[in-house]
Amino acid sequence: MLTGLYGNMRDLLGEFSSAILDPARPVPDGVVGPDGLPSARRFAVYRNNVVVGLIDTLAAAYPVVERLVGAPFFKAMAAAYAVRHPPRSPIMLDYGDGFADFIATFPPASPVPYLADVARIERAWVEAYHEREAVPATPQQLATIPPERFGDAVLVLHPTIRLLSSPFPAVTIWQMNSAGANPDPVDRTDGSENALIVRCAAEVEVRRLAPDSLFFVGALQQGATPSDAAKQALRVNPRFDLLDNLVAVIGLGLVIGWDFDGRRRHLGGGDHEHSYEHIPA
Amino acid sequence: MSVPIALPGLPIRSGVGLKPEHYRTILDTQPDLGFFEVHAENYMGAGGPPHRYLNAIREVYPLSLHGVGLSIGGSRPLDLEHLGRLKALVERYEPAQFSEHLAWSTHDSGFLNDLLPLPYTSETLARVCDHLDEVQHFLGHQMLLENPSTYVAFAESTFEETDFIREIARRTGCGLLLDVNNVFVASTNQLSDPIAYVERFPLDHVREIHLGGFTPEADERGRPLLIDTHDRPVDAEVWDLYRHVIGLTGPKPTLIEWDSKLPTWPDLLAEAQRADRVLSEFHADRAVREHA
Repeated sequence: MLTGLYGNMRDLLGEFSSAILDPARPVPDGVVGPDGLPSARRFAVYRNNVVVGLIDTLAAAYPVVERLVGAPFFKAMAAAYAVRHPPRSPIMLDYGDGFADFIATFPPASPVPYLADVARIERAWVEAYHEREAVPATPQQLATIPPERFGDAVLVLHPTIRLLSSPFPAVTIWQMNSAGANPDPVDRTDGSENALIVRCAAEVEVRRLAPDSLFFVGALQQGATPSDAAKQALRVNPRFDLLDNLVAVIGLGLVIGWDFDGRRRHLGGGDHEHSYEHIPA
Repeated sequence: MSVPIALPGLPIRSGVGLKPEHYRTILDTQPDLGFFEVHAENYMGAGGPPHRYLNAIREVYPLSLHGVGLSIGGSRPLDLEHLGRLKALVERYEPAQFSEHLAWSTHDSGFLNDLLPLPYTSETLARVCDHLDEVQHFLGHQMLLENPSTYVAFAESTFEETDFIREIARRTGCGLLLDVNNVFVASTNQLSDPIAYVERFPLDHVREIHLGGFTPEADERGRPLLIDTHDRPVDAEVWDLYRHVIGLTGPKPTLIEWDSKLPTWPDLLAEAQRADRVLSEFHADRAVREHA
């Protein structure tokens, strides 16, 4: 039994919140209309606000998933997720981080096997969008690393980087169904695609990556030196070209700094967060 | 209890809730508005375009920071991590004012994304005051508390809402945000008189007013059930109630809340200009009376 100064209140609000998420539960005792009698219709306003609010939040975060399955299907799927996974935090930017895994195990979505991977791209997009700012190191800054030290330099990668791998052409499907795009038919058996999602300045970029490059960037992200990361990439593709890949990784702005043996850290300079020019159009 | 230090306060003009859809237009056209208000939780990401835009807009306009997730009316202890995030936003953006709701949203099952009602008893009064003291002490500033829109009542309540809020303001030194639409919605839903509500409200503590649109529905017995949806223009009866309030309080910073089914920017601006006209009519009326 609950005791203490706030014991009774705790009990009532507990019943209230449980009944919001479970329509099978009755309106809590003492929750009444203006005549002092219980009113299911009035209590349902709170249920509706919570569930519709969560569906709208998911729709805003997963617009391509909604476009792929249509609004009615999306609403039903999002409602099923919302009542099983109510938010754990008041920060709704984070809500829906488990939606892709839910879609992957949601039986009615099984005829659309690539749907969960498209959802993973959309989630990575939102995460990159809200991730902390960091300024890419310039090729000139990186050129100050002595060539003989490059082998044991650890490159510090951009915090917004997200890597994904799909057995479906998920990036192509995502692009064709993003706002403003006109979808063409996609052969879903057309092979796997890997995605690099990153926001080096204001705009989130989504790119396809070759499998060896995916392994290379993934290993760098884990803290491998470029030569160790290249060894992993060579297992995927014996023709992996370290120099080409390094140039691309630096050119895309994925490197923000470097350190030697985990000791001295060098970071690219400047804070462009407050700069008006970097606001996306 | 020490008296909390007030933030600078908003200009006595109208403002609007800031929406991402309008960021670019606002920066390009710099409309003549008193302030913008943001939901604090929408700016709790670590970085990204929302912060870039808010920085740029904050350079031009005063900002009102409005929390929706603190759960001041809840039975759980306040979330200290969340309070820390609020304090970081206050330090970063130096808002002219911070406000939150007389409502709750956290419980054992997690967080519910709505402003839920609480019974008004001595027990809940003590809890809300403890929470407000804690927030004001933690932030080092006075906050404003907003009256709720409600769809139900609690049989165990022993206070009128207006008396409950007056007692909170007296005990904690908090300021008040009077949401005139919430008064109209809640009074209609409780079959009570909105004019009587505002006349009983502790108006001396009001530092800001909210206006917004509601959706009219009915309950299972055919009684009116207004839903606080913020998805349409302010209702004519709410404008009348607003004029009555301004007649009692004098001009106050006034926000137009429009959160879904967003209008075009010119339509939203027109709604704010309408509130500005009510504020300046009051000034004109008073000037005429003073010269008579």
